[in-house]
Amino acid sequence: MESLGVAAKWRRPGVRCGAGTGREDGRSGVRRRGVGRHAARFSAPAALKEGQITPTELCQRCLALVRSTQFLNAYITVAEETALKQAEESEKRYQRGQPLGELDGIPIAVKDNFNTAGIETTCASNMLKGYISPYNATVVQKLLDQGAVLLGKTNLDEFAMGSGSTDGVFGPVRNPWSYSRQYKEKSIPRSDSEPENSNWVIAGGSSGGSAAAVSAFTCFAALGSDTGGSTRNPAAHCGVVGLKPTYGLISRHGLIPLVNSMDVPGILTRCVDDAAVVLGSLAGHDPKDSTTVQDIFQPFALPTLTDVSKLSIGIPKEYHVPGLSSEILAVWSKAADLFKNAGAKVVEVSLPHTHYSIVCYHVLCTAEVASNMARFDGLEYGHRSDMSKSTESMYAATRREGFSDVVRGRILSGNYFLLKQNYEDYFVKAQKVRRLIANDFVKVFGSGIDILLTPITLSDAIPYVEFIKEDNRTRSTQDDILTQAANMAGLPAVNVPTALSERGLPIGLQFIGRSFQEKQLLTVAKWFEKQVQFPMIQLEEVKKHDDGVLQHQKSASFS
Amino acid sequence: MTPRNRFRWRVMRVLALCRWLRGGTVRALRLGAAAASSAPPSQVRQRLGPCRAVPCRAVPCHAIRGGNGLSSPVCALLQDSVTVEVLDHLERLALVDFRDAEGVERLREAVRFAERLREVNTEGIEPLDSVLEDRCLYLREDDVTEGNCTAELLKNAREKVEEYFVAPPGNIPLPELEERDTFLKGS
Repeated sequence: MESLGVAAKWRRPGVRCGAGTGREDGRSGVRRRGVGRHAARFSAPAALKEGQITPTELCQRCLALVRSTQFLNAYITVAEETALKQAEESEKRYQRGQPLGELDGIPIAVKDNFNTAGIETTCASNMLKGYISPYNATVVQKLLDQGAVLLGKTNLDEFAMGSGSTDGVFGPVRNPWSYSRQYKEKSIPRSDSEPENSNWVIAGGSSGGSAAAVSAFTCFAALGSDTGGSTRNPAAHCGVVGLKPTYGLISRHGLIPLVNSMDVPGILTRCVDDAAVVLGSLAGHDPKDSTTVQDIFQPFALPTLTDVSKLSIGIPKEYHVPGLSSEILAVWSKAADLFKNAGAKVVEVSLPHTHYSIVCYHVLCTAEVASNMARFDGLEYGHRSDMSKSTESMYAATRREGFSDVVRGRILSGNYFLLKQNYEDYFVKAQKVRRLIANDFVKVFGSGIDILLTPITLSDAIPYVEFIKEDNRTRSTQDDILTQAANMAGLPAVNVPTALSERGLPIGLQFIGRSFQEKQLLTVAKWFEKQVQFPMIQLEEVKKHDDGVLQHQKSASFS
Repeated sequence: MTPRNRFRWRVMRVLALCRWLRGGTVRALRLGAAAASSAPPSQVRQRLGPCRAVPCRAVPCHAIRGGNGLSSPVCALLQDSVTVEVLDHLERLALVDFRDAEGVERLREAVRFAERLREVNTEGIEPLDSVLEDRCLYLREDDVTEGNCTAELLKNAREKVEEYFVAPPGNIPLPELEERDTFLKGS
């Protein structure tokens, strides 16, 4: 079957595609003006426009990087042929002088729970292995309409349930920083010089593949999804910018849903400016998603903030949770001082129901999951069991074979909370607590606070062997604690990589803004990003393939 | 209505309810079975939105087989609330099995964890369904704007005949606990 043959080829990106590992003709390739971290993609369109590099060459370079960083397991499917075709079409447009926009010819990756026409969409689950979607998710379609080159689908936790990208059927995602010079230098020397056997750290989840793909320079931007922190958590661990937009701003049509009332597509990029550009092409009302707001969205360029004295930053004291590492606490305090010293008003605020938000999230998430996973019965798509005694037993067998323990556990918990005798005590109660949490934020923003500054993870990325010692639910409970309140209230939030930990791994901080005020949020984030000068990852593989790209790197002023 | 038809109508309604619970939206299986909901599909879709969660409000309490003494209110004590009857009922509702003791323990842990919600005083607080509750859910014009993609949609189905999805015989309930291949058997 044609589709099978193509899918098989995609899964093993060993197909030669020409240009390979470097330029022989002496041209320096993509020259990024300014620090790569700042202008990671902004120079790319300029370079494409000026003909310094063609979209096809850029695409081939990225594909070569994807191949050489295969050990990261960031990609489930690499769509080489279609990517090169898209790159060729983009090249023709540039030659005519008619690029579609800033994203024309830019390689991007998409998390594997977004439907992509003609490309396998698996959600890292046996249930959807081999499922070729007949349509593109709205966000994917919007990116393709802008001329972006879709490199492939990235790895995740199964059905986006998890906080480490370790629970998918295609294996765990490795954090590119595990192989960085910064991490290797700080690691305790081991008898085996290769760290990949045991020392590698998790990428965070559930959009770990997308974060790793962006962090390892295999693409310029990636789409993730954010239900409880699934974009911001891996962004923090992989040292990239992870934006969770306001609920209702970006269409969820085509995003295989986890929690309908909290899911949003997330954006992962290497700098805040890029995130704003991608947001500009994705945001806006979609008639196919009735939960998108009908307000007209105006794409914006981020102003460069010079004066923060009018800014009021809130530091929620409840986010100083037990288990927060002293390193993160120190970075958080330093960031608050940074704003204070620059003249901003930094105020301690209170979000009193923070302690209950993870419990509330747990109940609501499992309840909605129980409903959303009901669609997987093998009849119309996805895995189907051979059992054929009755419809019910076929459904049961299909779901038994297709879902992992994590997914089944959540479905069963969700159904428990939705039983008639439990409905009021758990589900409705959780909805009431959700209102209390949302009201906390309303009160704080109503008192004059512009942006909240909080930590985003409890510590830097931990080694995989340690991570798997606890089960998925425990880990999610621990790791989502600082991120999911923003999902409950539907507020925009962004992770900005701030500093390197003592182990040489990224630490990020989270900014939470008011509803639909992404411009203000990202402006402040951009200012902060400029102040902290987060260092670039030093990866051998990247150096091989992008000679001349990584011009210089700055050391973090926070370490 | 003859008694036989009344019985059939009642069975269809229960099945329809179960299907509605599981599917969240109306799914018209072209098997000649009864309509899955009394509301016409477009109305249901508009009421629910594209993919809104559908709480299992309609599960009748008597559906929990309490033949072995599940008479007291189930959520009294945590340990009492996760009985074999409840576990069996959950397996039937979710059409997902517990697989092993770890699965059951996972549920107990989840319930234990959720108990903390009781500490919060929510007197006089309304439940929050959606953060966009202040806005009107709009209706678009009831115009057919896309469709005619039967062949494409059928591509992903494993078993089909002409333009139909093929399902095994319906109206057959899941086997009882003792006859099912489940970890809970003999608990």
